[in-house]
Amino acid sequence: MKSVAIVGASLAGLSAARALRAQGFGGRLTIVGAEPHRPYDRPPLSKEFLAGQMTTADLALEGDGEDLDAEWRLGVAATGLEQGRSLRIALADGSAVEADGVVIATGAVARTLGGNLAGVHTLRTIEDAAALRADLDAARRLVVIGAGFIGAEVACVARTLGLDVTIVEAAPAPFARALGPEMGTALAGLHEAHGVRLICGAAVRTLTGEGRVDGVLLEDGRRLDADVVLVGIGARPAVDWLDGSGVTVGDGVVCDTGGATSVPGVVAVGDCAAWFDPALGAHLRVEHWTGAARRPATAARTLLSGGAAVPDTLAPPYLWSDQYGMRVQFAGHTLPGDEVSVEEGDLASRRFLAVYRREGRTVAVLGVDQPRSFTRWRRRVNEPAGAR
Amino acid sequence: MIPACPIAALPRGEALRIETDPPIAVFHTEDGELYAVDDTCTHQDASLADGWLEGCEVECPLHASRFDLRTGRVDAPPAKLPVRTHQVVVRDETVYVVPSDLPPNLPPGVRTGSA
Repeated sequence: MKSVAIVGASLAGLSAARALRAQGFGGRLTIVGAEPHRPYDRPPLSKEFLAGQMTTADLALEGDGEDLDAEWRLGVAATGLEQGRSLRIALADGSAVEADGVVIATGAVARTLGGNLAGVHTLRTIEDAAALRADLDAARRLVVIGAGFIGAEVACVARTLGLDVTIVEAAPAPFARALGPEMGTALAGLHEAHGVRLICGAAVRTLTGEGRVDGVLLEDGRRLDADVVLVGIGARPAVDWLDGSGVTVGDGVVCDTGGATSVPGVVAVGDCAAWFDPALGAHLRVEHWTGAARRPATAARTLLSGGAAVPDTLAPPYLWSDQYGMRVQFAGHTLPGDEVSVEEGDLASRRFLAVYRREGRTVAVLGVDQPRSFTRWRRRVNEPAGAR
Repeated sequence: MIPACPIAALPRGEALRIETDPPIAVFHTEDGELYAVDDTCTHQDASLADGWLEGCEVECPLHASRFDLRTGRVDAPPAKLPVRTHQVVVRDETVYVVPSDLPPNLPPGVRTGSA
């Protein structure tokens, strides 16, 4: 393989570039990024960066003096992928990049509610975070739509800035998709204890306002006043540009356990990729930082070996969230019906470690302010039943 | 020299945090070596004493950066800067730490109390 193009210049793309070089790839390396920035870290955008404790420079992912000997094509999105004698990536400025191998790392884009009222935000990029912060500084009331981690973290920062905060969630409990309803409910109390109003089981009918948002109207007729609205209802994979490429796309780019796609010489990593997860027996798109940081090493081996390398065992998905000084950590994947038990601490104190089991096997673990126990339990996720 | 603990209180494979400013983590490896480094990961605010000790390396519990306890060197990202190391002395069955004179590499947003 003489040349590789990486499409996507965030954590997954950078990690792929590092892995390719570390594994001895000495050919031409091109990194395409839709955003104009060098790779930057996104988790702090809803935490320390939004709170003003981290600067743009602090977000840089590359080390001082790090040189991957790559050609960077930043600020230009990929618009298509064609298979010919080589692989050809069309770019938005009309140019193209040709390569023998391609790493798809285009990430995900925030889902929106449509409309174009001022004061309505999503949070995905550094510009999003700066715009949200500017609006929060001038606001009194924030409504967060969607009780996921990004929404909860923004709610937390807004409370410390003194705003009145309401979170609206369509499901019966917050964080239910990631943590299951039982543990989601346990964490709900944390927000209420810090003065956040949490409304669950409530669907949003529409946002109101003339030019600028002034409220959120719920399906049950309730109206919430708002100066700023954050829409935190998840993200969809940024894969539209692959239409017609022959790369199979479902919920994200469909990959095997080594990151290989349906097209030879093309692998996919990060938020846009749905790798086959043997522990689950299904393809699973994982939107977590750790997957974007670690899986590219496996995908690089797949690419450089032409698919001959035996993939590493997949580490279970892992996420963390910082809320009101509490550290929430979760590893694994939970499904409805999993048995959940608190193994250390207790829910009332909001310092606990909970273990999720399915057919006797540990499939996930949740730690709230229990980093040491979590570090140990995390290694047991997906071990065969009765291994310990 | 700061007393950390009686050597018997720190079994092999374990770590403890000393509440200095900034805090220091002392590790007792499976091979019986003792090492001390700043407890705070150089990437983001997390306690390395809560991390995973393997050989002479500790893995940060938050983002899995790995540091060589002998030198403080980063063995795996996302951390970019080495963690400051301190000398460990055992005297009369007690573990002591001799704090380094060098400046620490603390993560963004974390300051020492005196700074």
